[in-house]
Amino acid sequence: MANKVAVYRKEHFNAAHRLANPTWSVEENDRVFGKCALPNYHGHNYELIVKVIGEPDPETGYVIDMKVLSDLIQREIVARFDHRNLNLDTVEFQSLNPTAENIAIVIFNLLRPHLEIKLDLQVRLYETPRNFVDYPA
Amino acid sequence: MVYLTRIEHFNAAHRLFNPAWTTERNEEVFGKCANTNWHGHNFELYVTVKGIPDPETGFIFNAKKLSLVIKERVIEKLDHRNLNLDVDFMQGKLCSIENLVMGIWQELLPGLPERVKLHCVKLVETPKIYIEYYGE
Repeated sequence: MANKVAVYRKEHFNAAHRLANPTWSVEENDRVFGKCALPNYHGHNYELIVKVIGEPDPETGYVIDMKVLSDLIQREIVARFDHRNLNLDTVEFQSLNPTAENIAIVIFNLLRPHLEIKLDLQVRLYETPRNFVDYPA
Repeated sequence: MVYLTRIEHFNAAHRLFNPAWTTERNEEVFGKCANTNWHGHNFELYVTVKGIPDPETGFIFNAKKLSLVIKERVIEKLDHRNLNLDVDFMQGKLCSIENLVMGIWQELLPGLPERVKLHCVKLVETPKIYIEYYGE
């Protein structure tokens, strides 16, 4: 494919979470997850960068309409996670530790079915300005 | 007079709500920020002090020492905490960043030497929202 182009859309959401493995003792969670395991939650400004790769459509010149992509992210991701507690308020993390890694995988899986099969998708999630993850790697 | 700013950061959960109001009234005023199970932010804290540079060091205040004062007196209490539940100086107060920044000011004051004046505490809640307090 000679003409593949990557397009990116940035969105953000603010959420509370805590990291813990429910099958471990308090001490073991504290040892592995440190302050991130504190029982009353903490939170982040998550920055989400969604990358879509494909060939520009010959009729529009678009890989994907950015408005369509933005609306999709708002509907599927921001509406679901913004100003929520990821552990308590979401279906996705009822039994999944809401690490940045797992959040990125969940976001990918929520978006993927809504994109045309010919388009590739990658998700980058910033948990803090210094910690971020990519999925797929 | 010279001004020195040190930037520190902390991550925390909070919730905006007035316990004297109904759920409906809280939602009307605070919207998503009133979510029962909290939400959270990466907070950036800017602490500005002012003074005359010391003739022997050239410093208003050693920036490393200023960092330690902020970390020991404020960051330790706030980082990875729930601002409503876990922070002694926010007990009984509405958990807005306005009130938080005024509380941080009061925590910092006793940690600074006489010759160094606290000038401004600025707290960035999101890339689009920040608060400044000058002790007035």
